[in-house]
Amino acid sequence: MYRYDEFDAAFVHQRVEQFRDQVARRLNGSLSEDEFRPLRLMNGLYLQLHAYMLRVAIPYGTLSSRQLRALAEIARRYDKGYGHFTTRQNIQFNWPALADIPDILLALANVEMHAIQTSGNCIRNVTADAFAGAAADEIEDPRVTCEIIRQWSTLHPEFSFLPRKFKIAVTGAPTDRAAVAVHDIGLKIVRNDAGEVGFEVAVGGGQGRTPMIAKVVRSFLPRRYLLSYLEAVLRVYNQLGRRDNLYKARIKILVHEVGTETLTQMIEDEWALIKDGPVELPAGEQERIGRYFAPPPFANLPAEAPGYEAERRRNEAFAAWTRTNVEAHWQQGYAIVTLSLKPAGGVPGDATAEQMDAIADLADRYSFSEIRVSHHQNLILAHVPRADLPDLWRALVALGLATANIGRVSDIIACPGLDFCSLANARSIPVAQRLSERFRDLDRAHDIGELRLNISGCINACGHHHVGHIGILGVDKKGEEFYQITLGGSSAEDAALGALVGPAFAADQVVDAVETIIETYRTHRRNGERFLDTYRRVGLAPFKESLYATA
Amino acid sequence: MKPQILTANRLRDGIVVFFTRDGGWSERIDDSWVSDDEASRAELVAAGERAVAAGTVVGPYLIDAAVSGGHIRADRLRERIRAAGPTAGSEQTLKYV
Amino acid sequence: MPLLKSGSLVDDPWISLADGEPLPAQGAIIVSLKRWRDERADLIARTNGLGVCLAAADPAAAVAADLPLLALIALEFPTFRDGRAYSTARLLRERFGFKGELRAVGNVLRDQLLFMHRCGFDAFEVKDAAAVDEWKQAMSEISVFYQTAADSRATAIQLRQQRRSQS
Repeated sequence: MYRYDEFDAAFVHQRVEQFRDQVARRLNGSLSEDEFRPLRLMNGLYLQLHAYMLRVAIPYGTLSSRQLRALAEIARRYDKGYGHFTTRQNIQFNWPALADIPDILLALANVEMHAIQTSGNCIRNVTADAFAGAAADEIEDPRVTCEIIRQWSTLHPEFSFLPRKFKIAVTGAPTDRAAVAVHDIGLKIVRNDAGEVGFEVAVGGGQGRTPMIAKVVRSFLPRRYLLSYLEAVLRVYNQLGRRDNLYKARIKILVHEVGTETLTQMIEDEWALIKDGPVELPAGEQERIGRYFAPPPFANLPAEAPGYEAERRRNEAFAAWTRTNVEAHWQQGYAIVTLSLKPAGGVPGDATAEQMDAIADLADRYSFSEIRVSHHQNLILAHVPRADLPDLWRALVALGLATANIGRVSDIIACPGLDFCSLANARSIPVAQRLSERFRDLDRAHDIGELRLNISGCINACGHHHVGHIGILGVDKKGEEFYQITLGGSSAEDAALGALVGPAFAADQVVDAVETIIETYRTHRRNGERFLDTYRRVGLAPFKESLYATA
Repeated sequence: MKPQILTANRLRDGIVVFFTRDGGWSERIDDSWVSDDEASRAELVAAGERAVAAGTVVGPYLIDAAVSGGHIRADRLRERIRAAGPTAGSEQTLKYV
Repeated sequence: MPLLKSGSLVDDPWISLADGEPLPAQGAIIVSLKRWRDERADLIARTNGLGVCLAAADPAAAVAADLPLLALIALEFPTFRDGRAYSTARLLRERFGFKGELRAVGNVLRDQLLFMHRCGFDAFEVKDAAAVDEWKQAMSEISVFYQTAADSRATAIQLRQQRRSQS
């Protein structure tokens, strides 16, 4: 993974001291809250419902074991002993004191981390496929691109006061695990007919109150033009994006209002004037960064791991876990393991300091000291020898991290909701908890098969409800929590926005409603098709009927 | 007049606090000074502005509340959660250690 | 309003004229884009300095052809959140080669001076005299830059390349 050199290290430490001065000015009264707010937001610090919340960037979701231990230490020393992993592959601390933030940022800087641009109307932390560098179907490790973008976008003088926040995601594989279609810019690494590697560029995806699927503006961008093309997109957006209405300020609205063709032309016109200019990476820089993401020193392992196969035969719980939480690795003898942060009744995405420390130890032992955060709010050990899977599984069981539910109904994405967030209209976490309890029987969950269930506590859609196969949106009706349900969304390569199934359900009805939807699917499915495919074949009608016929 | 109380977040640590009868700030909603007339309402607003100017709290605002049996209950769910803490979260997470 | 230039407060020799305000006989003046368009001939006929103030929505291209006639361009920040003028500034400097004074006016905050300077601004209308110390701090607190802009600061990439070629 990427390591800071002296320039990067100097930069983050300068940034800590800059914020230390800003916090001191706030505490001594020389900065008002109005003046301080944009400064703290540029360092990822919010004031939430109960306390300050610090969002720490985990670039493209990759952590070293040393960094994860530092996060555990911050959780223990400055927070309440846990952290919350988010859909942008970041971690949030819910209870830090303002006066401690400079020291927390220093602790982060000491392990090559920061909280820069995790908030504000700037280019946010760039996200990537959590299986980067490991996925069997990968064309190229997307993190090289992400790191180039991270550096270019860091305190960009022209693009730090955009009309609205700006999110970029990169996938290096045809299977989209990075939700690129719902980002302001989604980059797909592709090969052209000549076999050259470049990007398919899509612009204007997003969720929130006006969800949109990104439109392809360039089917092949040669790799060397990455930065000039991004600069062209951002410059067009910075100049023309709406600034009169917060809710219409994202680039998706610009795409919608001027049309994909016109916007594409504007980007191309701007790009023609800056390509091959000083913004391009000089020769050798891509390769220099690429070397940081070279594969770890894999051992030459046999394809078969007899101990693993034997354990699968005699231990059904282990076998079930390997079916859902273990994925193919391109390197023979290795596997990708997802650690579920979704235990029955748990809080999606939360991990305790003790769990983080233990995961760091497991990463050291089994996965080249590297950990990933997925946008589904789980953690991943990307390079585990198959022969070690039984031992790893036993360790994860003891830590409560081996729930065999990845990609299943209880692998729920949920935003913090009204329990923590000052913008929320309804709670998300208790709904996720009740749903994961209802579907805690893993045999039943496996029979239901792949299902993405996403919950947001307000229309800002941090819980990605628009792209859940089943999406739940909390709304406030005269002081009561109600939940709207959408069906048919997807954030993968078959990206789609869910359709509203009908009137909202009261808090005490929503779990039953989801169960009714799932039973309706089981009635209609053919030949083991997924929920999403059944829905696409039969449409909303049977679900409406079973949900509302008796009402 | 509908009873109201004054709440804010403490500047230094962000913790939710309520303005009290004795002119201070408490983490317990039950300590709140309940205003039910114009004069005390104005006093609460002024107290909030003074506390902001003094750098004690951030973002003070009035909320509707009801008093019964010596306890104060905010009308809105959001404010009840602010007063009592998350209804789900850390305890559930720490249980899995 | 105090004017910060080259790190110190200077007397502002420029007069900002509202639309409709009569042209003074002497002195350098700054007019709006509308007035520049409406009274172009009269304004060129004056021999004193001429500047145009662009609103946040005015593109750089609106004055690109006139740059030889202009000694100053002021770009307005209606609020600190409105970042359009950063793009305008870079385009005026980098694409259209404007060499005159590029002045930031409006909601110009201490914590944005570095961004503005990097985008090519060299004069700043500021709130008060404290700006001089703030300027010094803003220019010195960060010394690593990750992207090229309109300034001459070396980027981290350039410094890395230099170091490699020396070793």
